[in-house]
Amino acid sequence: MAPSLKDLAKKPELLSPGHRMCAGCGAPIAIRQILHAIDGPVVTGCATGCLEVATTIYPYTAWRCSFIHNAFENSAATMSGVETAYRALKKKGKIKEDKVNFIAFGGDGGSYDIGFQSISGAMERGHDMLYVCYDNEAYMNTGVQRSSATPLGASTTTAPAGKVKQGKEEFRKDMTGCMAAHKIPYVAQASISNWRDLVAKVEKAMSIKGPKFINILSPCPPGWRHLPDETVEMAKLAVETCFWPLYEVEYGKVWRINYKPKNILPITDWINRQGRFRHLNKPQNKHIIETLQARVKEDWEILLKKEEIFK
Amino acid sequence: MPNYKALTGNEAVAWAMKQINPDVVAAYPITPQTSLMQKFADFVADGDVDTEMVLVESEHSAMSACVGSAAAGARTMTATSANGLALMWEILYIASGNRLPIVMPVVNRALSAPINIHGDHSDTMGARDSSWIQLFSENAQEAYENTIQAVRIAEHKDVLLPIMVTLDGFIISHGMETVDIYDDKRVKDFVGEFKPDHTLLNFKKPLTFGPLDLFDYYFEHKRQQAEGMKNALRVIEEVGMDFRKTFGKAYRHTEGYKLDDADVAIVLLGSTAGTAKEVIDQLRQEGKKVGQLKIRTFRPFPEEEIANILSRFKAIAVLDRSDGFNAIGGPLYNDIKAALYGKTSVPIVNYIYGLGGRDIPVGDIRKVFEDLLETARTKEIKEPLTYLGVR
Repeated sequence: MAPSLKDLAKKPELLSPGHRMCAGCGAPIAIRQILHAIDGPVVTGCATGCLEVATTIYPYTAWRCSFIHNAFENSAATMSGVETAYRALKKKGKIKEDKVNFIAFGGDGGSYDIGFQSISGAMERGHDMLYVCYDNEAYMNTGVQRSSATPLGASTTTAPAGKVKQGKEEFRKDMTGCMAAHKIPYVAQASISNWRDLVAKVEKAMSIKGPKFINILSPCPPGWRHLPDETVEMAKLAVETCFWPLYEVEYGKVWRINYKPKNILPITDWINRQGRFRHLNKPQNKHIIETLQARVKEDWEILLKKEEIFK
Repeated sequence: MPNYKALTGNEAVAWAMKQINPDVVAAYPITPQTSLMQKFADFVADGDVDTEMVLVESEHSAMSACVGSAAAGARTMTATSANGLALMWEILYIASGNRLPIVMPVVNRALSAPINIHGDHSDTMGARDSSWIQLFSENAQEAYENTIQAVRIAEHKDVLLPIMVTLDGFIISHGMETVDIYDDKRVKDFVGEFKPDHTLLNFKKPLTFGPLDLFDYYFEHKRQQAEGMKNALRVIEEVGMDFRKTFGKAYRHTEGYKLDDADVAIVLLGSTAGTAKEVIDQLRQEGKKVGQLKIRTFRPFPEEEIANILSRFKAIAVLDRSDGFNAIGGPLYNDIKAALYGKTSVPIVNYIYGLGGRDIPVGDIRKVFEDLLETARTKEIKEPLTYLGVR
């Protein structure tokens, strides 16, 4: 059932104000929406990254729920240990709670790249947990380095636009697709701009026992080079251009697109608003935009076909 | 009455784990550890234990899951060897820094490269500064008994540090011995229940584990950690005494063999202590006053005890089953020399032996003693560092 803002406003804020994320950061918006969708006790965990360092500066913590940070690449493995401990202690009667929510967070660096194996293992093992990737499309915590989530053509500090190179030369990894290929009960792609869709997806995920994965586009003003008050708009444009479609996959089989833009906007409506793509406006780089646009179109068409398979 | 079973070292440790009945075990196979977890998995499959196993996709994830599990308040174990331990490296420090009393048998094996599956101490030696307690075992019986004691030591409120129990790859892990397995209930009572003060699953008091800790607090937390390791010296002795009271067998930081009237002594770790005892017996029959000091507690390093024991000999040889690659000598040699600084001026020499599982026959150890007696007589060190048994 689609949640109402009125209901969500009554939910406790498990991520307190006062944390030190940048103005306009997409990540805490995502975290708050997710935690609003949770009922009952929750253990959260986070990979090393912006979210972790800016919310847990000792002796303070912004987390009003149980939280564990271990390292960069092992948020999923760590939470799999917590979830297993719960089952072991519950079996021995040492824990009262009948239902506990386990949620592991990681950025795209901690999820697409260095933590990929850890997530794959935890999902395959079937732990009752949700893994959330807040994807801001580069290593933002260390200063905007290229990740496998960085889009083609984006300039980053390790793959910058220069005299002979024009930013990232490869397409981004289809992480959501990789997770769907694990054939786990629930995989979804969401965006902070479509809060109702995001909250509904988390509610649905947590109603299912077993491993779940949600990939959330989470714009980063200093990394994408847009103004802090444009964050939600940047996420929205990614959805409206079909760069970031909103969809869900059950058991790797049933694909459902949750939002189909009536008028798909050209990719330039999104990239022209961000400093990281500015160099693409040079006439000699026109082909990069065309390649990116063609790939977005192709991916969207594939997604529409996947939806048809088990409609 | 003893309950002798014919067990390999790995099986003996699996028996200890069965009797400990940990809440969670996360593990990944690696030679020569594999048969340990296989045996334990049999106990799980037969319902002999309540343990939940996490069969992870790497040792990195094994230790990561152990950190999550221990932080959640579960008694947590794993086991590994060599490259598996190396892959855990980053998380070893996170386990100890978070003061999580994880118990990990490590079946010692040579580190790559070149790849080699046989026993030496290069794997755990590299982890000697990771703030894990390290107990070495001479045989399967000791590996079994060290594992039982390890739980009590690690979980002690004054310690709260993770612990490795080491056993030499293949020599102990796959060698069949008669092992006295104690009564399940007595082991269970000895080990007691794990009651951590802080856990992730206490929802009345939500806590943040593993926060960012900068220049204003990190140092204090590390200072507390150092104190935990220091306290472990006392706690290991206390648990050893209690073990003697319960099971009738004494455990201390070190074990001397025929040291009382010895002129010279060798110092070593692990299974070679058994071979050396045989050599000492032979030499004693020839009237040569030789003895050995076996180090059981390598971390924390029982410096005072070792200095007190060793300072009265005429010459000392330290046998290392790993190289320090520091142009000085092996890690045990460095620590022994540091412990004896200012306490004695007797010659101390180092032998590096058995790398990659190279056999250490009685003849080699006999040669060490003969050289050592000569050194004691002349008071001159001919070779400070010898690679023993290398071509």
